[in-house]
Amino acid sequence: MNKVVRSADEAVADVFAGAVIHFGGFAARGVPYDLIAALRRKGTKNITAVCNDIWGGWRNFPDVSVLVANKQVKKLVATFPVPASPTEKTPFEEQWRAGQIELEMVPQGTLAERLRAAGAGVPAFYTPTGFGTQFAKGKETRVFDGREHVLEQALKADFALVHAHKGDRYGNLVYNEAARNFNPPMAMAAKVTIAEVDIIVEPGELDPEAVVTPGIFVQRVVHAPKKK
Amino acid sequence: MTTKERLPREVMAMRIARELKDGYYVNLGIGIPTLVSNYVPPEMTVIIHSENGILGVGPLAEQGQEDFDLINAGGQHVTLIPGGCFFHHADSFAMVRGGHIDVTVLGGLQVSERGDLANWMIPTRGVGSIGGAADLVYGARKLIVVMEHTSKDGQPKLVKTCSFPLTGKECVKMVVTDVAVIDVTKEGLVLREVAPGWTPGEVQAITEPKLIVPRGVKEIEL
Repeated sequence: MNKVVRSADEAVADVFAGAVIHFGGFAARGVPYDLIAALRRKGTKNITAVCNDIWGGWRNFPDVSVLVANKQVKKLVATFPVPASPTEKTPFEEQWRAGQIELEMVPQGTLAERLRAAGAGVPAFYTPTGFGTQFAKGKETRVFDGREHVLEQALKADFALVHAHKGDRYGNLVYNEAARNFNPPMAMAAKVTIAEVDIIVEPGELDPEAVVTPGIFVQRVVHAPKKK
Repeated sequence: MTTKERLPREVMAMRIARELKDGYYVNLGIGIPTLVSNYVPPEMTVIIHSENGILGVGPLAEQGQEDFDLINAGGQHVTLIPGGCFFHHADSFAMVRGGHIDVTVLGGLQVSERGDLANWMIPTRGVGSIGGAADLVYGARKLIVVMEHTSKDGQPKLVKTCSFPLTGKECVKMVVTDVAVIDVTKEGLVLREVAPGWTPGEVQAITEPKLIVPRGVKEIEL
């Protein structure tokens, strides 16, 4: 078994127009930069991009914001789409005001759990988050333990592009510090998970007690040695 | 309208630090809340949770010593205390939603008489970012909101009903502003402390709902 592919371009070769794609990362850490760059070169359009934020765009990191700026994203599913300051304008906001890009804003914990549920074969779950706010709009609610909860659905993707620190040829992954973030839940929640890793190792080199993403969830591994 | 001196953000943070107990797990939002960690007494162990997957957030990294992957939720370079650990987002929000965090401190745009919180979008802008706030407000055992008492254009931020989009309903337990400390109770907003030189009447004048003013309202103690 060898899940390593030769390049980021080869890894994303079958990503199709209109695909739903998870992108790992939080505030430019743990972002699959090489895979995003390959997707930008490929020019795939009408992507539904699921990610925590496009913060990199406001701080000069080439995260999902570059795909938005390049008009490849039809819909953004995110927790932090715009800067806190209303005076900081971004390509996303420009497209959103012009009706060119759709936004589904999801509370961060709900997004994490929707991803985990998708990976775990749980189609829907109840959470207290969002009850009484617009985040519950149009959704079923139910009382458990005297508290209102909102029904949320699993969020599965065609592809998950994740970043890890070390990966072996079986797809087992470990991460670095706060670059871990959304990568593990996203890695579980797609038909095809592609992991770009800083370091590739042989099976047996990762401590079996300490593997964070078991290789069963990962289909392709790409070496991305440049430190960002 | 009075132009009295208001408390600086460091003093607001100092006052909030008094609410923490030894052994508490705490989440501090971006902005003034982050300052609270500077005022935890050295003999007290308080473990700081950061939504992006860290338990045991230490002080900000020294200039030149920054580790790219080690940031807090606001993107600031931090350190990790001995005994700290890393985990992914589903686990991070299991800690939040599952009731494991003792205190969360967040900023606010508006807090209502019943403890509703609005802090993620100004209506005239039409778009905002919710981040982890909607989970934090319902998950933490105690939600403390820290904010200026009035907005930049002099409007009360303590209101009868929030006009801004809500982060959560009936979730705020305590509000610390630059002129007062207020508890949110079933009966309404209870004024507990005032900034030096302020009277309850002056605080009421810049607060929309009627404040309950018990006997023994004192000056803020640090």
